[in-house]
Amino acid sequence: MTSAAKKLLMDPFSDNNPVTIQVLGICSALAVTVKVDTAIVMTLALTSVVTLSNVVISLLRNVIPPGIRMIVEMAIIASLVIIADQLLRAFLFDISKQLSVFVGLIITNCIVMGRAEAFALQNPPKDSLLDGLGNGLGYGIVLITVATIRELLGFGTFLNFKIMPESFVGNGLVLLAPGAFIILGLLIWAQRTVSKYVEE
Amino acid sequence: MDLLSLAIKAIFVENILLAFFLGMCSFLACSKKIDTAIGLGFAVIFVLTITLPANWAIHHFLLREGALTWLNPKFASLDLSFLNFICFIATIASMVQLVEMILDKFFPALYHALGIFLPLITVNCAILGGSLFMVEREYGALESTVFGFSSGIGWLLAIAAMAAIRKKLRYSHLPDGLKGLGITMIMTGLMAMAFMCFSGINL
Repeated sequence: MTSAAKKLLMDPFSDNNPVTIQVLGICSALAVTVKVDTAIVMTLALTSVVTLSNVVISLLRNVIPPGIRMIVEMAIIASLVIIADQLLRAFLFDISKQLSVFVGLIITNCIVMGRAEAFALQNPPKDSLLDGLGNGLGYGIVLITVATIRELLGFGTFLNFKIMPESFVGNGLVLLAPGAFIILGLLIWAQRTVSKYVEE
Repeated sequence: MDLLSLAIKAIFVENILLAFFLGMCSFLACSKKIDTAIGLGFAVIFVLTITLPANWAIHHFLLREGALTWLNPKFASLDLSFLNFICFIATIASMVQLVEMILDKFFPALYHALGIFLPLITVNCAILGGSLFMVEREYGALESTVFGFSSGIGWLLAIAAMAAIRKKLRYSHLPDGLKGLGITMIMTGLMAMAFMCFSGINL
């Protein structure tokens, strides 16, 4: 793999992470992270949608009229999300019930739209594929980290296996909305301290 | 009374932003100044209040299972609800466009006040999320209008409060990594905790 391609794929993992640096796709990063398994399924769904939408939009980039490009992008993304939602309902019904409205909300997830606008419209399909993959997985890393912390502290389990000793009492707060906000805030602090990123 | 209870629930107890994390992107991006935060908040109320009944009608009369029986009894087993997403987002986009044109023609002052925020609302997840919750919780026509309006008020309340807090935060000394997004998330967490005090209220 060339170094340029590697950079496209690896950059979103830390230095240009979609959640902690670009501040995109926060809603679902918080909502689906009560358990690790839902976080993993959400990551897979979002990664496939953002990768495919990047490729399709990049293939069509010379045909899409600039004036209506938003609507075209929306239509492509919405169709991909419908496919992902139907697949989840068919094969992982329980998890799709837990994810409830948040699979549908991939349509308005700013990562998908943001990568389409900022990258796929200017770049060839191969680069767009790597960019989509990298951003999807970069989002996934944050999601799975938050979910691991919440599941471990809240239920004392990891992927539904008991990790903590029997005497451990789960902390209810990390399972509720405020816990999610605060854990993500601390994670952003840690990540930005490591990558030396300062916001004005 | 049920409607009032629904409204209180949507504004305080199950605040669309603080309990369901919807509309976080614009919440984080537009809460730096109080004026813009309030302008955006009103635009969200406006759009939520009109798109929810519109999407309810589309879902109820066209897409849900057996909805097309008014056209022909043979369609009773037809379930088009997989088209929900694309129809809802198309309705939201066109409603926003329509609102923009009407405001421009009849209320130019309001139009200029809301300005750039109107088009941004199409991709605000609070709007689409509202419609999807409406389907999931099986609200009726009146209920979904009330739910849309009060969710919008809840969102306005949250973003206006956050803008005011961030104004104070600007002059405080923070570790470099915590500046901006980090501290905003933690403040939102504390706010969400405060809003949890309302849980259990029943009218």
